[in-house]
Amino acid sequence: MDFYLATLIQGLCFSAIALGIYISMKIFNIPDITTDGSYTLGGVITAKLLMAHQPIYIVLPAVIAAGAAAGALTGIIHTKLKINALLAGILVMYALYSINLSIMGRSNIPLTNVSTLFSMINFASDPNKNTFFVLIGFVAVIAVLIGYLLKTDFGIAMRATGNSESMIRALGVNTDRMKIIGLALANALTALSGFLITQFQSFADINMGIGIVITGLGSVIIAEALVNWFRITSVWLTLALVLSGAIIFQFVIAVTLSIGVSPTLLKLVTAVFVLLIVGLPRLSFKNSS
Amino acid sequence: MIELRQIHKIFNKGKANQVNAVNCVDLTIAEKEFLVIVGSNGSGKTTLLNLVAGSILPSSGSISINDTDVTKLPEYKRSEWIARVFQNPLSGTAPDLSIIDNFRLAAIRTQPKGLTIGVNPNFKSRVKDKIASLGMGLENKTEQLMGTLSGGQRQALTLLMSVMDSCKVLLLDEPTAALDPRSAEIVMKTAERLVNEFGLTAILVTHNLKDAFTYGNRIIQMAEGKIIKDFREKGKSALKQNDLFDWFA
Repeated sequence: MDFYLATLIQGLCFSAIALGIYISMKIFNIPDITTDGSYTLGGVITAKLLMAHQPIYIVLPAVIAAGAAAGALTGIIHTKLKINALLAGILVMYALYSINLSIMGRSNIPLTNVSTLFSMINFASDPNKNTFFVLIGFVAVIAVLIGYLLKTDFGIAMRATGNSESMIRALGVNTDRMKIIGLALANALTALSGFLITQFQSFADINMGIGIVITGLGSVIIAEALVNWFRITSVWLTLALVLSGAIIFQFVIAVTLSIGVSPTLLKLVTAVFVLLIVGLPRLSFKNSS
Repeated sequence: MIELRQIHKIFNKGKANQVNAVNCVDLTIAEKEFLVIVGSNGSGKTTLLNLVAGSILPSSGSISINDTDVTKLPEYKRSEWIARVFQNPLSGTAPDLSIIDNFRLAAIRTQPKGLTIGVNPNFKSRVKDKIASLGMGLENKTEQLMGTLSGGQRQALTLLMSVMDSCKVLLLDEPTAALDPRSAEIVMKTAERLVNEFGLTAILVTHNLKDAFTYGNRIIQMAEGKIIKDFREKGKSALKQNDLFDWFA
């Protein structure tokens, strides 16, 4: 398959996770590790239901609901039991491993002889190009829905919750409820990435989610660097940059592999890359001031 | 309007560092009364304000607002009546949201935050008119992020935001403590104008005795969690500024 097209497709598949991390980390200021588990959960449910010959219009809501439930659980543990958000996320992520394994019944489910989202709709005769066009449409719909949500009164209250909790409580918002909804939304989006990737690579694996939070974080951090660089305040542009961040991140990984870096070192290289994007702006800021 | 009955607030009960922050306070604040609370640090005045706001709940006693018992009601539910200006200008606004978004939230303080877009041209022009009344030249900067403004500007906007939605009680928690004298004066003048214009019941906690003397129609002094002085209407206007200084001598 064409190198660029494959990378682009991967990037689009991961753009949902990037939007999810954008919501949990940038809007709510919560480092949410549930991601690793809810991404696999999305993939596992997709594989299981598709192999049971369930139609996409059943699979898609099921994936969204499962992701949202995982996120809501983290949110409830964090807000009602007053447990640190990071720990709450780790607990749910850890528990999800067993849940995912029980749903699957084994550690890997290949998708054979099933119709997927990408084979159902036909825009182009070449399957990869078709996948690409379907993804563009799918991601555009998600981005428009999230963008609209953030512009509504509810969305403004959501953005304010992570920004100034004392203010938003004085303005009549139940911040606990808001955080639970926010984490549910973020993890529903993450599960959607699992849904897309599973159909793209034609299998779900119990280990597919390990470290996936870094993909989301990396994408959001790239977007954040661009947002600060160009001083962007528009919600739409920010979302567009988060999507681009997901694609740029995949390109960096693909290029790293193509220049001959051993796949064994991939996670190390990725970690260093994320560190560089976070660290470099601070270093250069220090020098100029 | 606001009634506090036999209010006690004890922090760290039963421990070595137990604090009786508010000690059996009875206080009735009439409608449209502008109450000023003074007292030294640790006298319980901010605790009293927080008890009215609902950000802390009393250890015993009861609180009612507008004849509704609110003793156990959390802060976000009391926002039906209460708007609040914090000591820290950063607490009353969301810095990473635009001015217009901040005002939108304030405008729907007592209403559910629904899934419709409320920041429309109509709303924008309403906010511009309000902001123009401050005379700070901020009316054409409504898309700017709140965090780019100075403390004085943010505090003045917080005040305006408090009357964007129906509001009966305005709580002012040392609103000018972090401001320079000029901004402080603008903020206090704006507060007084809004209190009169909208017929609000207001509580001002302050360390600034000049403000305590100038504003409000009732003044109380607190010490060790109790109200030790209480002057209303004529009693307050008969006070001289030096009398206030003597209270702290």
